[in-house]
Amino acid sequence: MKEKTEAPFSEKIVEMSWDPVTRIVGSLGIHTKIDFEKRRVVECYSTSSIFRGYSVFMRGKDPRDAHLITSRICGICGDNHATCGVYAQNMAFGVRPPRLAEWIINLGEAAEYMFDHNIFQDNLVGVDFCEQLVRETNPGLFATAEKTEAPHAAAHGFRTIADIMRALNPFTGAFYLEALQMSRLTREMFCLMEGRHAHPSTLYPGGVGTVPSVQVFNEYLVRLLRYIDFLKRCVPLHDDLFDFFYEALPGYEEVGRRRVMLGCMGSFQNPDVCDFRYETMRDWGRAMYVTPGIVIDGKLITTDLVDINLGMRILLGSSFYDDWQADEKFVTHDPLGNEIDQRHPWNQTTNPKPQKRDFAKNYTWVMSPRWFEKKSGDHLALDTGGGPLARFWVTALAGSVDIGYVKATGQSVKINLPKTANHGETEFEWKIPKWSNTLERDRARSYFQAYAAASALYFVEQALKDVYAGRTKVWSQFKVPEEAIGCGFHEAVRGMLSHHLVIRNKRIANYHPYPPTPWNASPRDSLGTPGPYEDAVTNSPIFEENGPDKFKGIDIMRTVRSFDPCLPCGVHMYVGNGKVIQTRHSPMFGAQVK
Amino acid sequence: MSDPIKEIDILWITAGLGCDGDTIAMTAATQPSIEDIVLGVIPGIPKVNFHNPVLARENGDEFMKFFHDAADGILDPFMLVIEGSIPNEKNKTEGFWAGFGVDKASGQPIKTCDWIDRLAPKAWAVVAAGTCATYGGIHAMEGNPTGCMGLSDYLGEQWKSKAGLPIVNIPGCPVQPDNFMEVLLYLLRQAAGEAPMIPLDAALRPTWLFSETVHEGCDRGGYYEQGDFTQEYGAKPCIVKLGCWGPVVQCNVGKRGWMAGIGGCPNVGGICIGCTMPGFPDKFMSFMDQPPGSMLSSQAIQTYGRAIRALRAFTQASVNKEPPGRRPATT
Repeated sequence: MKEKTEAPFSEKIVEMSWDPVTRIVGSLGIHTKIDFEKRRVVECYSTSSIFRGYSVFMRGKDPRDAHLITSRICGICGDNHATCGVYAQNMAFGVRPPRLAEWIINLGEAAEYMFDHNIFQDNLVGVDFCEQLVRETNPGLFATAEKTEAPHAAAHGFRTIADIMRALNPFTGAFYLEALQMSRLTREMFCLMEGRHAHPSTLYPGGVGTVPSVQVFNEYLVRLLRYIDFLKRCVPLHDDLFDFFYEALPGYEEVGRRRVMLGCMGSFQNPDVCDFRYETMRDWGRAMYVTPGIVIDGKLITTDLVDINLGMRILLGSSFYDDWQADEKFVTHDPLGNEIDQRHPWNQTTNPKPQKRDFAKNYTWVMSPRWFEKKSGDHLALDTGGGPLARFWVTALAGSVDIGYVKATGQSVKINLPKTANHGETEFEWKIPKWSNTLERDRARSYFQAYAAASALYFVEQALKDVYAGRTKVWSQFKVPEEAIGCGFHEAVRGMLSHHLVIRNKRIANYHPYPPTPWNASPRDSLGTPGPYEDAVTNSPIFEENGPDKFKGIDIMRTVRSFDPCLPCGVHMYVGNGKVIQTRHSPMFGAQVK
Repeated sequence: MSDPIKEIDILWITAGLGCDGDTIAMTAATQPSIEDIVLGVIPGIPKVNFHNPVLARENGDEFMKFFHDAADGILDPFMLVIEGSIPNEKNKTEGFWAGFGVDKASGQPIKTCDWIDRLAPKAWAVVAAGTCATYGGIHAMEGNPTGCMGLSDYLGEQWKSKAGLPIVNIPGCPVQPDNFMEVLLYLLRQAAGEAPMIPLDAALRPTWLFSETVHEGCDRGGYYEQGDFTQEYGAKPCIVKLGCWGPVVQCNVGKRGWMAGIGGCPNVGGICIGCTMPGFPDKFMSFMDQPPGSMLSSQAIQTYGRAIRALRAFTQASVNKEPPGRRPATT
């Protein structure tokens, strides 16, 4: 555990900040101290400057409205919230949707992964690897890229690595423009299932409003196959690009590297097993088509959603809130009789306290979710690996997913894609990497697009089977109980997502969503543990060729973006802009406006 | 009208209380697309320099420079797009609900409200994108701690830009992608002197997009006319009894779809929860209850609707048979 300590003084230590960090969703500031002599980041603070207060204004509302409200938490993956909200409502209302409704939700969510990973990878993250930025930050590297043949040129059509970088230039690069266009195709697929992007119109507790027909699944399928055709170029293109960084910049594996502490809450329900009862959650969690679990130091320590749920702790320490330790305890025990901690989301009370930003005290609206590991007694600052890295790592080790198109082997995940217009049958295999670092978070994002697409092929087949057999019911009736609790677990595009709900007198008494970004963007907690962005950036080496006066912070930006920051998620509680408060005698280069 | 504008910057602030959903929606648009505008492929519009934090190449101070320059009068002319609702920063003793960039002197975030105060008076036009920015939206829900509101609540409904334009509201939660881009295109044509003053209604919405109700364009309207209402999600008939507000909500999504004519709300099985309206969300909750105002009309239509349905079934059965004589010759 790292303490909230001051960095050792050095003439070359310079404060550098990027506030706002762009090309992400939401408001994020990264404030650092960098030792330009040793070319390392010595300190990092992650901050966000917007508060909206969902957990406050949802109190007293109709619990049936929860998914329509919480969707508005996020404008890119709002449907992940709507879905997770529906899961929590289903548990609280005691309703099991018909099978076909679950296939429709799985198809919608698969399209969301395809869309969101795609636009983020090639229109937001990709710019950090484009010709323009590589030239500005590492001209020497670009010269090497010009001379380096792309190993998979036959698959993607770009002869050299520099050609790939040129294709990623914003608004002019060929691959940038193609990816933007593909992100529309996949959103059309999404809208076929969930009505509207990013706030769906057809998801409900008990099922969906989508009218199932042969037509709607065919319209999805033809688009899916076009997208798969694109992926057969996209995945090898990114492999070439990321492998080039390892080869051309020895030591790049240390950029953004942190201890392997990954959490995944599972995705894609198996409707034959999932009845949304807490009592059976262990079983239906393990039946999900992306396995939930926690990986510590390369070991899978649990795949049990009940364990994952019980270990959740929300800490303060550097956030703009008053504590709730003395506030009401809504849930003392879960339905299995396990004790629920006061710091668990079911028992959280959000008490916002706006204040000045002070990096020595409180500096962000984001809280600090941690996972309490019984064995060690540690409050672990799990990260999501940007989403895909954790999903793959857990699913690979668990080895339980096998649907033909996707197979988890125990140390890898094999993805089989059928013949498409321009390419033959293709197998991709994601293998457990040596590191949890910037490039592997990014690589997993490309592979997960293939995972989602392959899973969608399976879901379309299952859905059509139901339609052909005349099983077209997609919604089950329910009643809102007087009192109930519920929880939903899902994978938002950028990682683990949970919604915790308490109903009293048929109204919402407490509601706390925990999206991926509070996990990743959290500040130093009450125990002094920094959040994953802070941790991954601190001690990260600097490969950028520029000195402090022209410094772009490209390696830091790549690291932060590798987590796929989505601050509206972090900020339903808060996010703030930051500025380093501690003063140093070293020159303040970061503050100047160019 | 002022001289035609040849080059204009679009400064987009997402740092209201929002979700960036309107920016993301903008990237879904194809009629026109954002690259159509940025690459200048539409005739008769000024050259556009586009500054939105989600798509910007620049970071941090480099990105903020455009906004500081506009506030200092160095960058001109520009159009200001606001996304997210505007918090009440005066309902607390210190700190901030929403900030954007950092004040170098104090080290504190610059409040989003301060940016609006600095930039709105210098903007050629101000656009509110999405229901949060137009009317307050979901974050202004009863019980909210931030006291937030729409841009026209903050600046005043009578507010006019220095070029004489009222605030242009494009509601929707999020905004329908092509609705947004189409309005942006209109304003660019107006800036170039190619189009007259944008026509807006009393709620400052472009009239050609928001004058009809969802119901008037709904492909379930026929079921309504025939008094055919479902009590179950996923069925084809009219969903007013499930909580659809379509008959009174001004929005074209039922007709236009969400993107490329695909998706939408009641047309594809989702109740209309009124997300384009100034009264959203409070006046539409609980969303999943039948709107009180539809009780009478849906009851009244039953007698007429059933009779019409029966008569039509009779005629339909008749026209489902071919006229006599269509068979091979029997000789």
